[in-house]
Amino acid sequence: MDTAWAHASEIAAAVTDGHTSASAVVRAALARIAADNPVLNAFTAVLEDRALAKARAIDAARLAGHPLGALAGVPFAVKNLFDVAGLPTLAGSKINRERAPAPRDATLIARLEANGAVLVGALNMGEYAYDFTGENVHYGPSRNPHDVARMTGGSSGGSGGAVAGGLVPLALGSDTNGSIRVPASLCGVFGLKPTYGRLSRAHTFPFVASLDHLGPLARSTRDLALAYDAMQGHDGDDPVCAARSVEPVAPEIARGSEGLRIAIAGGYFRAGVFPEAQNALARVAAALGAATEIELPQAKRARAAAYAITAAEGGALHLARLRARAHDFDPAVRDRLIAGAMIPAALVTKAQKFRRWYREQVLALFADVDAVLAPATPCAAPLIGQQTFVLDGVELAVRANLGLYTQPISFIGLPVVAVPVPLEPMPIGVQIIAAPWREDVALRVAYALEQAGAVAASKPPLGRDKQPRQ
Amino acid sequence: MSHKQGPKAAPSDSLDDLVDAAARALDLTVAPQWRGAVKANLAVTFALAELFADFPLPDEAEPAPVFSA
Repeated sequence: MDTAWAHASEIAAAVTDGHTSASAVVRAALARIAADNPVLNAFTAVLEDRALAKARAIDAARLAGHPLGALAGVPFAVKNLFDVAGLPTLAGSKINRERAPAPRDATLIARLEANGAVLVGALNMGEYAYDFTGENVHYGPSRNPHDVARMTGGSSGGSGGAVAGGLVPLALGSDTNGSIRVPASLCGVFGLKPTYGRLSRAHTFPFVASLDHLGPLARSTRDLALAYDAMQGHDGDDPVCAARSVEPVAPEIARGSEGLRIAIAGGYFRAGVFPEAQNALARVAAALGAATEIELPQAKRARAAAYAITAAEGGALHLARLRARAHDFDPAVRDRLIAGAMIPAALVTKAQKFRRWYREQVLALFADVDAVLAPATPCAAPLIGQQTFVLDGVELAVRANLGLYTQPISFIGLPVVAVPVPLEPMPIGVQIIAAPWREDVALRVAYALEQAGAVAASKPPLGRDKQPRQ
Repeated sequence: MSHKQGPKAAPSDSLDDLVDAAARALDLTVAPQWRGAVKANLAVTFALAELFADFPLPDEAEPAPVFSA
């Protein structure tokens, strides 16, 4: 099998059936990483010995007749803000290189490995996750496998690039304001940002406690569902992780979208959208027969409030490092964090009050609809280093605007699947947004779109020369 | 309510005052070459805060985070 482009579900089935071994799958993944990572710059650490040992253990378990997990032999990698036993947790920074090696793996890594997945490495990211580009002054930019001159999006840039480039079929990222959905969109893969509080964040480096989420990126809806199911469940080590029982979605996704009421987000989510994003949204809406527009009230204010909370909590988190090590930050991140630390508390408190009001207004909409469609990003991947783009004659900052359509959704913790529309020359994503705790709805819609051929993780051109396109 | 209570898009000199005072209060050093970017970021935040700071909510409105003892 071509494990470079196989889905996690296909790999697990082949390993379980004995058509291939976990060791062979992992060796192939390590070889791809060795060959392609020098260009894609997705990985900051490769765990060859650990991964091969784990793979051998899975193969031995199979020979001994033991049951294997739903992700048996599936190689995966994690954004380098996840604790990995024996590694300092970088969170994209230079400063964190001096941290003591993590004494244990993050909860979500342990849960994936308990289901047979094999951790092969840690992934590049924007410094301290305060980023939408995937660029990093210390480690170099993650590069988009569809055009290595273009950005992956961030801050889970290595996660998007590693999955889109066929290095691994599954990666984990974090999403505070869009950091799973933006790279999923720009790299043309599927991404799941679950409900706030659904998945444990324990033993990962935080950014904004009020808004931080973790979740998977993959090349199919089924793979998202398998990984998500493996990671669900309460964890006392994360005070935000909800005390809910596991609600498996993998058996549900094949129900598709039948009977679901699907609307398109209007107003704020229709303004400032480039033609490719409009085209992608139109394709998805047409495939679902969705025509009704609904308005998420005060989405622009919601984005502003998310921005202020992010800056303030980020500034507070890093205050001691800003005092002692300011010169060791990425300058762009440092200046935003310093400014964030200076925001008056009254504004942040008001933003949190507005957040509750906005949540109540948006949740009321779900009495009439089950899922809402919105662009994931305003445009396909900009060039690495690009500072601005021009829309309708207006010059806009790339960094600030890539998250325009993701921020008002994560602000109130709604579950979202970002689905990739394989446009040429570059893919772009669409958000499928559901009510809290209804990841099943978003995943069912994503699966239906995949079955209809409207969305897919397209394979970057074979034999790409790994040189930027002109 | 007709009167505005929220933050204004602060003029540059008042941002200088804020940066100086906050830096002293927080024991932060703002190097001269960073000051422009720090002020620019603060200006963006204040401009965005105008969107929600005046939004009418009752005194009883609870902030979003819930703490359980």
